[in-house]
Amino acid sequence: MPLVSSSLNEWGNMNSAAKITVANLSRRTLKDKLFKGLVLFMSLITISPIVLIIYKLVEKGYRQISLDFIIKTPPNTFEAMTALSNGELIPGGIANGITGTLLMVVLASVIAIPVGVITGIYLYENPGKLLANLTRNISDILQGVPSIVLGLIAYMWIVKPITSGFSALAGSVSLSIMMLPMIVRSTEETLKMIPESIKEAAVALGVPYYKVILRVLIPTGFSGLLTGILLGISRILGETAPLMLTALGSSVINLDITKPTSAIPLLIWEFYNDPNMVDLIWSSSLLLMGMVLTLNLVSKRIAARTK
Amino acid sequence: MKEDNVNIKDPVLSIRNLSVAYDKGNYAVKDVSADIKRNAVTAIMGPSGCGKSTMLRAINRMHELYENIETKGSLILNGKDITDMPTIQLRRMAGMVFQRPNPFPTLSIYDNVIAGYKLNGIRLKKKERDEVVERSLRDVTLWDEVKDTLHKKGTFLSGGQQQRLCIARALAFDPEVILLDEPTSALDPVATSKIEDLLVKLKENYSILMVTHNMSQAARISDYSMFMYLGELVEYGKTKDMFTNPKDRRTEEYLTGKFG
Repeated sequence: MPLVSSSLNEWGNMNSAAKITVANLSRRTLKDKLFKGLVLFMSLITISPIVLIIYKLVEKGYRQISLDFIIKTPPNTFEAMTALSNGELIPGGIANGITGTLLMVVLASVIAIPVGVITGIYLYENPGKLLANLTRNISDILQGVPSIVLGLIAYMWIVKPITSGFSALAGSVSLSIMMLPMIVRSTEETLKMIPESIKEAAVALGVPYYKVILRVLIPTGFSGLLTGILLGISRILGETAPLMLTALGSSVINLDITKPTSAIPLLIWEFYNDPNMVDLIWSSSLLLMGMVLTLNLVSKRIAARTK
Repeated sequence: MKEDNVNIKDPVLSIRNLSVAYDKGNYAVKDVSADIKRNAVTAIMGPSGCGKSTMLRAINRMHELYENIETKGSLILNGKDITDMPTIQLRRMAGMVFQRPNPFPTLSIYDNVIAGYKLNGIRLKKKERDEVVERSLRDVTLWDEVKDTLHKKGTFLSGGQQQRLCIARALAFDPEVILLDEPTSALDPVATSKIEDLLVKLKENYSILMVTHNMSQAARISDYSMFMYLGELVEYGKTKDMFTNPKDRRTEEYLTGKFG
């Protein structure tokens, strides 16, 4: 019987452990300390990139951050060059990128949230069904599709046939496809965490099924859903590749979803390609990073409060 | 089946040849027939897995939540077959209380009591709502404890209070029969005895059908008892008779602690 023999072995080990010598003990203590040191070192390696990134962004970017940076559009190359040669800060800001990012993120959310939440409910309700399993797997695969490919698809679907040109709508569609799997998963996982007894309580009161979901399950899991949505948004905030093929960019503030539109990451790419604008890269990155971090922290807070 | 000593006139509920199967042909409840007395506490006893909860849930048509549960036979509540009633009407007439207290975590104490109305979209005037809430909470002796905190979340209450809140939620609909599925198994002795006292008091106005695997609880508060074993109703009779003079050997062995 393996169970008995293994427990006998443990007894044997305990007996030998009782007999360890002093030298043996100090070697063990040393090993233990080494391992603890190694674990600490590896954790420091893990956190160091983010600390270094934030440090660098703040160091190089803070000077450009001002009210103008948020409400004005970027300067042209000549203005930037003049400012540089006079040793001044680069004038203007990234208002077109901020508004474009907000416009496309909102539109992407409007598309992805209802589809994702309803799909998530379907997966939760029909765990063993073929179609549900298929949907879950496909949604997982979707999460792994390279974002540039999603940009290509949105180009084929929207840019060419619908808006006949680069547009915010096309950008939003590609971003919404990126968000979708995260929302589907978080909805399903959140609903799974709600005790069956809550659902039964509502059913026992004669509440029709759709109302059990809409008025009991969703409110109960609301913060979980919100966390998933916020993480989804923070995921797409910094996406660049799909937007290059869809929204393209714009030097002015654009709120028309059928027109080319800028976004913060697109602007960073544009600044990178213009030697006179390099200083703006850092401040734009700082702002973008700040937005993503804030969303992450907020969603962590919400998740923690409900546990 | 030995139910010859049960002769109940005008039963609140008649169970007729009820069988429930989770998989095809695998019956958890086998051909059970019994009449449940009005304004009395009827206890359903039996070892784990004997089908007692399954039978109780069939009365509320809870099994419709799950596919591939098959129910045969009929259940007559107040002279009407339950399958002929809309579920909302049935569940208003047969309130259900579960093993673990399950107030709605997003709702206040007040809204939990009238959750049945709220979630079903039945509109009540403010005055009617207040009346229903106060009456239900008084019925479960919770009113004095919570009357100043009605708008706090129901989940802030202790386990025993939560369970009484769940009973109040069932009472708010003024049901014919209250179905309780081991309502005290998750509670401490003090909270348990409060619930037991409450059930004895409630039978003046309601009929109570309660699953329990606590024999002494059945002996303390029930008027009638059923003993189920492996899906069958082995014995049904007045609690006093069954505990002093069980007719079936299996009942006797269960009551004397030989198995279960």
